[in-house]
Formats: sequence, structure tokens, C-alpha cells
Amino acid sequence: MHWNSLAEFLAMGRHGLYVWGSFIVMALLMLAEPILLRHGRKQLIARLRRQYSAEISDSRRIAKRDSDFHGNPGRSRN
Amino acid sequence: MSNRLINWFRYASPQTFYPLAGKLIPWFWTLAAIFGVAGLTVGFLLAPIDEQQGEGYRIIFLHVPAAWMSMFIYLVMAFWAATGLAFNTRLSGMMASALAPTGALFAFLSLWTGALWGKPMWGTWWVWDARLTSELILLFLYIGFIALQAAIDDPRRADKAGAILALVGVVNIPIIYFSVKWWNTLHQGASVSLTRSPSMATMMLWGMLLCTLACWMYSIAIALMRVRMIMLERERHTDWVHALLIDPE
Repeated sequence: MHWNSLAEFLAMGRHGLYVWGSFIVMALLMLAEPILLRHGRKQLIARLRRQYSAEISDSRRIAKRDSDFHGNPGRSRN
Repeated sequence: MSNRLINWFRYASPQTFYPLAGKLIPWFWTLAAIFGVAGLTVGFLLAPIDEQQGEGYRIIFLHVPAAWMSMFIYLVMAFWAATGLAFNTRLSGMMASALAPTGALFAFLSLWTGALWGKPMWGTWWVWDARLTSELILLFLYIGFIALQAAIDDPRRADKAGAILALVGVVNIPIIYFSVKWWNTLHQGASVSLTRSPSMATMMLWGMLLCTLACWMYSIAIALMRVRMIMLERERHTDWVHALLIDPE
């Protein structure tokens, strides 16, 4: 172990501001990137699921309309 | 016997690569954490003080890995770009796009930590010196690549345009690397080189190598995470993404 006390470690021999300024920014950005990616992934999956269910209900509606039109000649507008 | 060989092209298809990448991601995160803790312990707790620079030299354990990764990721990105242009494989363009933001992050971090190192050692945050300027150009190349791809709606065309930019920009990498040799710069020369033994204490060298490995594993994990998102987005109209999202597991 190179250090005798925590204060000495934090001071980094008068260069604390520069060393910790580098360390903190690098650590924050390297933590933020995966967190943002996870969040983006959840949003993307939710959006795609919404799109799919909208497409499915659309296609069901169209299928129903078509079957009403063609399948039930009595009720269609002829 | 030929059917016993692994068919590498099989993994060039997003459908097979997606689950494989998903399985690999936790392993790369684990390795990144192990190397990161080890590297920071050696670099910040165990390594001796530097004769000339005092304790401030410890920025090296952040700055050098970030700078190396910013250059290395660019080379990997250009490799995928070239593969995409040559073989027109879907995965290649996705890999290149997945790497760019992380490359930009490391280019920024190398400039940031470099500025914070320059101030106490040289007395200035920034000089328009060959090494610093070419690294700044690298950051702009990454940003240009991302912006160009974002501006083109058709993903295959965006891939092609981005690939050409990435390949033209690759000339900047040897310029960054050799700038300290070719020009008189304020930036110090290489501390580690392939041709001669390193000019630093063993403990310092180990700290730097472990931190670099951590950044390397981090980059792989992040790139795999991002490429999986790009795959879902681009392949959203295919059956496999449909099946994956509509009935998970």
C-alpha cells in the first residue's frame, strides 16, 4: 500500500483536483452509457410491441370488415 | 468432416447473432469489472509515486486506456465498414454503427483526462499540438460518422455512406499514433512500445494494462448491447423479431 492516510490519498500530492476530476468524469460517463442503453432498450421494445399490437388489431379489423362484406351477402350493401 | 467446422457466416446473420450476443454480454461485464477493480487497485493504491510528476501522473491509468481505445475502436469500426462494403453483410454495418458512440466517448475522455493532466504538468489545458489536434479530429470523425448516418433514412445507404467516411478517416489513426515521433510536440513520447522495453516501473505498467483490458471488455459489452438494439430496430418487420417480442421465452 502506497498511502498512509485517506486524506493523503484524496490530496494526491496537490494534484487531487486533476486526478479526481479525470476519475469522476470517466467513471460517471462509463456508468451512464450502459444505464442509458438499458433504458433505451426497454423503450424500444415497448414501442415495437405497441406497433405490433396496433398492426394486429388493424389486420383483424380489416379481416372482419372483409368477411362481413363478402361472407354475409344478406347484410352487405350488395 | 466439413460439417464439423464452425460455419462463421452463420453468425453473420442477425437472427443467430442476437441470442449469442445476449449470452456473451454478462461475461464481458464481469471481466470488465474484474479488470477494472484490479487495474484501479494497482494504479491508485499500490503503484509508487513518479519521480518527475508526483502523484498527478496517476491520470495515466485513465488517460492511456481511453486514448488507446479511441484509436482501437476506430480501427475495428473501419474494419466492419470495409467488410460491409466488400461483402454487403447486414451485420457489418450494424457493428460499425454500434461502435461509433463508444469510440466517441473514449475520444472525449482521452481529451478530457489529457487536459486535466496537461494543466498541472505543462501549465495549459490545451495546445494546438500534433497529438492533441489529431485526437480532436478523431472525435470529430466519430461525431461526423454518427451525424451522417442519422441524416440518411435508408439504413443500407446510411451504412455505405458511413463506411466511406470511416475508411477515409482511418488515415488519421497512424497520424495520431506517430505524431509524437514525426513532429516536435509537447506531448510525451510512447511509454509502451512494441519494439523496446517499456520505460516505466512494472507496477505502473501492470496498472495501465489492466485498466486498458477493463476498457476493452467494457467496449465489447457496450457494443454488443447496442448492436442488439440496432438489430431489433432494423429487423422489426422480420418474423424472428416478431416472434421474439410477441411471445418472449
